[in-house]
Amino acid sequence: MAQQIRLEVVTPNGAAVSEDVDIVNAPGYGGDFGVLANHAPFLSTIKIGILSYERGQKRENLMISGGFCEVSNNTITFLVESAEFGKQIDVSRAMKAKERAEKRLAEAAQHSESINRTRAEAALQRALARLKAANVN
Amino acid sequence: MPSLKDVKTKIKGVKKTSQITKAMNMVASARLRSAQEKMENFRPYTSKFNEAMSNLSGGSNTSSFPLMEVRDIKNIELVVITSDRGLCGSFNSNIIKTALRKIAECDAKGIGVSLVCVGKKGFQLLKKTGKVRKQYTDIMSSFQMFNAREVATDASENFLAGKVDKVEIIYGEFLSVGIQKPAVKPFLPVQPVQGQGESTKKISGEYIYEPSTEEIMDVLQPLYLNVMIYHAMLEVGASEHAARMTAMDNATSACKEIVDHLTIVYNKARQASITAELMDIVGGAEALK
Repeated sequence: MAQQIRLEVVTPNGAAVSEDVDIVNAPGYGGDFGVLANHAPFLSTIKIGILSYERGQKRENLMISGGFCEVSNNTITFLVESAEFGKQIDVSRAMKAKERAEKRLAEAAQHSESINRTRAEAALQRALARLKAANVN
Repeated sequence: MPSLKDVKTKIKGVKKTSQITKAMNMVASARLRSAQEKMENFRPYTSKFNEAMSNLSGGSNTSSFPLMEVRDIKNIELVVITSDRGLCGSFNSNIIKTALRKIAECDAKGIGVSLVCVGKKGFQLLKKTGKVRKQYTDIMSSFQMFNAREVATDASENFLAGKVDKVEIIYGEFLSVGIQKPAVKPFLPVQPVQGQGESTKKISGEYIYEPSTEEIMDVLQPLYLNVMIYHAMLEVGASEHAARMTAMDNATSACKEIVDHLTIVYNKARQASITAELMDIVGGAEALK
């Protein structure tokens, strides 16, 4: 039995995951990174993307939106605004959100409104991450 | 002496009112439970967040961040968080009174005040001051993190643009089901989070930061502001329902008192009319003799 690391995913609506896992892969600020057991203390911001972890043969994907993660005492804690399991994601809704965001992005490009654009971009990223998380399963 | 029919209608009316207040009480208590649950769920997030913030600010020079810059106060902004609906006792008016007092204080010192109202009640009562810069109404019943983010982003942009030098939140603090208190909390500039003694500082030195602490702080501070607003909104949500519960409880018992009183009036009036009728009959019989 390989050593395990404790994974905690905490959102404003409560803890999403609290489990001992083998490996965690997450979208960090400077690119994706993986964390194994007994990692050195570490703190990084998190982008919108997919958090995956493995436990034995089991592999789970979560869509997470921005926040940060902290590794200390063999525990990795994610503080994110939202976390959704790939299998719970409503694909058709995410598709619609993606289309909506793309449309809005096109509109924002014409009117050069920077606030709307950043918002639409974030929405698009979330939608894409959702779709990816749903499809990888 | 009121007529029998009048009293009877009145009793009926009051009883109906008490039915409504009783129902509202039960609805409020159910909502309170879910609001408290929401607060409970949010607690691990805030405590973790504070921990990380104190770890970070222990390791870096905090005064260099624009969101932490302490300036001379010329303009102040108050974010007043109230509920959207009334009928919850003096809850909203207490918050507004606190806000008005604060405004008067600042006026006396010659500091400019602008207001941001979250919740309809606050806006309705504060718009006559003419200082409301922005309002967010009809979001208190089912707000999410992104609502809080909107408020926080707007306030911090205003702060960064130099239009205001200080931002404070005024909201209803949820102390217990029986006690809710208006509270004032500093919002901007961001206060350095106090670490819990030596131990946290020791760990923070060993952390690997990705990217640098400064860049992490740049990301975390806005998030921290969101968390603060969201937390205040949660407290207001819970306080509102608790206050409504108490108010409706009082209303229900007041209704009961009125019904009791009216029933006595009704009985007395009935007795009086019976006596009068009897007198009539006796009088008539006497006359026939």
